[in-house]
Amino acid sequence: MKAVVTVMLKSGVLDPQGKAIEHALGGLGFQGVGTVRQGKVIELDLAETDPAKAKEAVDEMCRKLLANTVIESYSITLA
Amino acid sequence: MRAAILVFPGTNREKDLADAFLRAGATAPVFVHHKETSLPDGIDIACLPGGFSYGDYLRCGAMAAQAPILKDVVAKAARGLRVLAICNGFQIATEAGLLPGALIRNAGLKFVCRSVALTVERADTGFSSAYAKGQKVFWPVAHNEGNYVASAEDIARLEGEGRVLLRYGEPVNGSANDIAGIMDPTGRILGMMPHPENATDPLHGGTDGLGLFKSILESAA
Repeated sequence: MKAVVTVMLKSGVLDPQGKAIEHALGGLGFQGVGTVRQGKVIELDLAETDPAKAKEAVDEMCRKLLANTVIESYSITLA
Repeated sequence: MRAAILVFPGTNREKDLADAFLRAGATAPVFVHHKETSLPDGIDIACLPGGFSYGDYLRCGAMAAQAPILKDVVAKAARGLRVLAICNGFQIATEAGLLPGALIRNAGLKFVCRSVALTVERADTGFSSAYAKGQKVFWPVAHNEGNYVASAEDIARLEGEGRVLLRYGEPVNGSANDIAGIMDPTGRILGMMPHPENATDPLHGGTDGLGLFKSILESAA
């Protein structure tokens, strides 16, 4: 089963990379782009077939390694 | 006083750090490679040096924080082992939970590589006894992710408990309250972004970093 983890900086944490992207899009002529924030996507190929067990395992992976919960939040999608 | 300096793939300031201890009069520190599972006996202070451990993959210091040797350092730190964490070492220390908060991308987005003005906030610690309270020093920084952030509660606690040992005297990377270096509640763990080890020889352009290492030696007695 595949798991897709999206990790984003928590709102309130400064995201200068997002800001830089925002400015670059403006510079390219795109109108109406408000705040931009950049995160990361991590795809995992799991042997586990039970969705509940998979979700629990990936959640632990997020808390232990994939996300720094001081500054990041995460969401998990199973396919 | 016996120092151990941890070396991870991508660490690059371990020799500079060892040289700083030697210049302060210490016996030669021992290098401990990341594949070791425990520190050797008789270590008084474990050091996490600067560099780009694990290529800064995922997040700076995130991988090193999970290395078995780090687990040993964390366990021993809870039982009184001192820790000196510099730059990437500070990032590793926050990732490992040895110190609160996190280091994120510099507010100005640029890799900052210059000497900066700092204030040594306290002289009554095992890391700063060789300085005067409020003394100004000028140490190099070299980092892209040195912006110190923490919850409002953690910042208030750090400030209230006098655990901010070093503060930037000029804007450097956007760190909360210009925090450059912090200690744990026992005062035995210090994490900082600047590189005092690179201000210990006249050829460095300054030697006011030597005091930090002399303080460590003084307080080990």
